[in-house]
Amino acid sequence: MAKTAQLEVKDQDLLKTLRELFKSVLAQDDISAILVPWRLPMKNMVMPTLITDAERLDGADPLSPAFPMNGAKVVSRLTRKASGSKVAVVIRPCEIRAFVELVKLKQGHTEDLVIIGVDCLGAYRNTDYFGWVGEDIDASTKAFYTRVLSGKGASGDGIDWAPSCQACEFPVAGGADISVGLFGMDTDSRILVQAWTPAGEGLFLKMQFSETDEPPGRKKAVDALIAERIAFRDSMFTETRAATDSLEKLTAYLANCVNCYNCRVACPVCYCRECVFVTDVFDHEPSQYLRWATKKGAIKMPTDTVFYHITRLAHMSLACIGCGQCSNACPNEIPVMELFRSIAHRTQKGFDYEAGRSLEEKPPLSEFREDEFEEVVGIN
Amino acid sequence: MSDFEPTIVAFFCNWCTYTAADLAGTSRLSYPPNIRIIRMMCSGMVDPKYVIKALLEGADGVLVSGCNPGDCHYINGNYKARRRIKLLKEILPQFGFEPERLRLTWIAASDGVLLAEAIRDLTEQIKALGPSDAKMKMVI
Repeated sequence: MAKTAQLEVKDQDLLKTLRELFKSVLAQDDISAILVPWRLPMKNMVMPTLITDAERLDGADPLSPAFPMNGAKVVSRLTRKASGSKVAVVIRPCEIRAFVELVKLKQGHTEDLVIIGVDCLGAYRNTDYFGWVGEDIDASTKAFYTRVLSGKGASGDGIDWAPSCQACEFPVAGGADISVGLFGMDTDSRILVQAWTPAGEGLFLKMQFSETDEPPGRKKAVDALIAERIAFRDSMFTETRAATDSLEKLTAYLANCVNCYNCRVACPVCYCRECVFVTDVFDHEPSQYLRWATKKGAIKMPTDTVFYHITRLAHMSLACIGCGQCSNACPNEIPVMELFRSIAHRTQKGFDYEAGRSLEEKPPLSEFREDEFEEVVGIN
Repeated sequence: MSDFEPTIVAFFCNWCTYTAADLAGTSRLSYPPNIRIIRMMCSGMVDPKYVIKALLEGADGVLVSGCNPGDCHYINGNYKARRRIKLLKEILPQFGFEPERLRLTWIAASDGVLLAEAIRDLTEQIKALGPSDAKMKMVI
């Protein structure tokens, strides 16, 4: 059972309250640094930033709709080997779930790490965010979180959440050591702090929160939000499947792809140091292209576009957590998140697996049982 | 459609199914010539991308065959192959590939007769399905 406390919001300033919370985490003896979404001083962009100087936390902005990258990748960099000291990280729920997958793939460690997950208010597409944020980032973030928390959605300025966020059924930080709850709270006066793991409880006790109960409206608000997201997600699946249910349609869906592989670079769970598609396996001989062209009459260059995407699905769909960074990274606006999530939903179901759910469940292709999947064997 | 001759790419493990194919040959058993056998050291070595590439290049079917469960020369390669085929069977049908175009079987070294039968059955099934889309349409 989680340890729960309610934190007073001073001066109705939610952002300030969160910053104070992060400062008190950083002030703990055993925490040497904290990674937070942080406003860059030279531009109105919010980037994951590793902070040791408490004053700098006045620039922390975990409520901004900026989501330039999936932070699991940077947390993996921080934890792939022991650093000798403990770090706290403030990341979104999808970043936590991606990190869970990376830990299982031996790309990061949870020792010496405290994960703090704030209820996720969603994000804009990168390109939408740049145009929206304007000069006054304080006012922008405040307008955004006020609107989202009052249940009015994100589309006040004619910009909506990224589709991945609209389809996200995990707005609450499931795998965090400490979670901060906003949904279903009167965020002008109180927010929720909950510790879910021994590491989280240790910090919770040191920070001397007084334990209370979760307010009754909280669960209802979260459940309603999740139901809305699942409805969006399911209609997204239906539309995407209808648009890709034959090889011809899939080829049309991917026709704008220029093989830049940005979707793979941005993907937090595509962790190979060197992707096979950039090795000399795909550095075909010039004469090979001519043979293909001769055989078929025409080959599109660069080749292997559909091959790349289906192979990527075989590699990452079991670990896909649906963060949508692939779509963010696509230069030609192919709705790749919709495609990858639709396929991933079915492959994960096929193995009774859910990416990011638990550190205990092994990735499906890393284990086997003697007695399983008999239905895929045989001719008749 | 009656004169359609499918191309079936077959990945056979060296120790069981490939040996069964040798046995079928030395026993003078006949089976349809539609099959193109690629000898692998183990069914567990069949990377999903080999299967995807074959199907996208216009193979009408892909057959992966290895040792019976418990008999793998490398102890458990065939169990790993089964999970990979399961994964491909979740992905490929979503893009319109009929599930029958991808098959996994276990055929032991002594089962030359079974091998010839399996190839006959599979060839018939794929003939009935007709040529694959990848053969008929441009794939980028």
